[in-house]
Amino acid sequence: MFASENILEITYLIATALFVLSLKWLSSPVTARRGVWAGEAGMLLAIAGTLLHKGIVDYRWIAVGLVVGTIIGVPLGRVAMTAVPQRTALSHAFGALCVTLVGTAEFYLRAPNVPQFMMGVLSLEVILGALTFTGSLMAAGKLQEVLPQRPITYKGQNIVNLGLLAIAIGIGVILVLHPDKTFLFPFMIGIPLAFGVMMIIPIGGADMPTVISLLNSYAGLSAAAMGFVLGSKLLIVAGALDGASGFILSVNMSKAMNRSFTNVLFGAFGQEQVAAAGTKEARPVRSASPEEAAGILAAASKVVIVPGYGMAVAQAQHKVRELYDALTKRGVDVKFGIHPVAGRMPGHMNVLLAEADIPYDKLLEMDDINGDFPQTDVALIIGANDVTNPAAREDQSSPIYGMPILDVDKARTVMVIKRSMAAGFAGIDNPLYYLDRTLMLFGDAKTFVGSIVRELSGGHG
Amino acid sequence: MQLDLVTSLYVFLLAAFIGFEVIRRVSPLLHTPLMSLTNALDAIAVVGAIILAGEGKTNLAKILGTIAIVAATSNIVGGFMITDRMLKMFKASGPRKP
Repeated sequence: MFASENILEITYLIATALFVLSLKWLSSPVTARRGVWAGEAGMLLAIAGTLLHKGIVDYRWIAVGLVVGTIIGVPLGRVAMTAVPQRTALSHAFGALCVTLVGTAEFYLRAPNVPQFMMGVLSLEVILGALTFTGSLMAAGKLQEVLPQRPITYKGQNIVNLGLLAIAIGIGVILVLHPDKTFLFPFMIGIPLAFGVMMIIPIGGADMPTVISLLNSYAGLSAAAMGFVLGSKLLIVAGALDGASGFILSVNMSKAMNRSFTNVLFGAFGQEQVAAAGTKEARPVRSASPEEAAGILAAASKVVIVPGYGMAVAQAQHKVRELYDALTKRGVDVKFGIHPVAGRMPGHMNVLLAEADIPYDKLLEMDDINGDFPQTDVALIIGANDVTNPAAREDQSSPIYGMPILDVDKARTVMVIKRSMAAGFAGIDNPLYYLDRTLMLFGDAKTFVGSIVRELSGGHG
Repeated sequence: MQLDLVTSLYVFLLAAFIGFEVIRRVSPLLHTPLMSLTNALDAIAVVGAIILAGEGKTNLAKILGTIAIVAATSNIVGGFMITDRMLKMFKASGPRKP
């Protein structure tokens, strides 16, 4: 018995090492797939070790759970790349659900004799787990557009939200002091569940990258708390790694939007946007046809393409790849400028462009590409808006003032593919569109890029 | 097996530091796969759920444990699959281009 316990611990130790290696290998695209294999090996080892655990008397329900989970998991692993943000949000919800359920079961197994330390981490586990569960479901719903994407705000929203959270934490404290008051436990789950919903209601689509990262961090921390409760070092490590990852991404995303966490969660951005949109006036813009656009692109020697959420919505990435090929064939140097918050989750654009077979060394981050714009002949913006808005640099009254942007306005010619002049998702007017050097290309991103490609290849052969 | 508070905190603290150092080095290019991979690794919580469902001390533990296994397993399977699918797509520009 003692020996088998040791073997289990060693299995977990190896799994822990494999998890850390897995993330280490993810640092470069060259070794990244090895990272996935290491993660899978660690996972298999840990699960196999656990199944041999002497305390397990009944394998039927475990088998049912593993089979049903696999049946649900396979389609979730096969979703289209454009659906990756909502899939990720959904997986945060599942992770949080698992943690919350285990926490609940552990409480009722141990109550009313729960030591104070145990009750403290258990409270943390279920509060974080429950709010992450409903919050992530809401985020997934907004991303899948089954829920309205516009932020919904009302007076006193922040007070209501913070009040809910405070009550949940208060109940946690009471339970730590008096673990025999088991009737309070359902409230400690129910209130954070409500808080998760309320927390996401005022969040708009443009804030999704930050929110997804934050939920990722919460999911990790709740799993680490579960590790404390179960006394599992492996789970503490995995949760800490996930929490750290989510935290780093949240900080990156907030910086890229020049906003603090609290501002993202409690900022009620929507109201400011309405005010900004109100001052909008009709100004003349220059527009161009696909033929003219193709002519200018063909004459350029250096082109930077700036993709945004609009490219994902129009599923235009494969047409963009054809454009990349057509221009490269003519000897044009084509690169991509990727803003950290372009799209709906960190790295969203990179995945879509990689899916379209565009080499990753052509995908440049904001800081690496910004110096190139003054030497760029054409900056072609496909479905991006706020991340190119010069008002962030110049106009102190703009709601996005201070946000780091791609300096596309420094290129010799700027082309913007956009469906119409209607204010975009964020509702902030973009002075870029009224510059003399800017050409507006009105139309659907996929169709328009397709027309440019046809012009380019028609002229070529 | 129970860990005491201090040991648990040591493990958490060290793992968080390693996490920060390792993950800071991940290229922003791969931030989406990073999120799906850490999510799959996080689903190691399935271990706790397996013990709950397998020990079957109460019916509640059995039911909640089984649902928790379903949720975590779907993350493991789906998470590793989609991470690998994404990473397979990232290719450097090689001799393929003229």
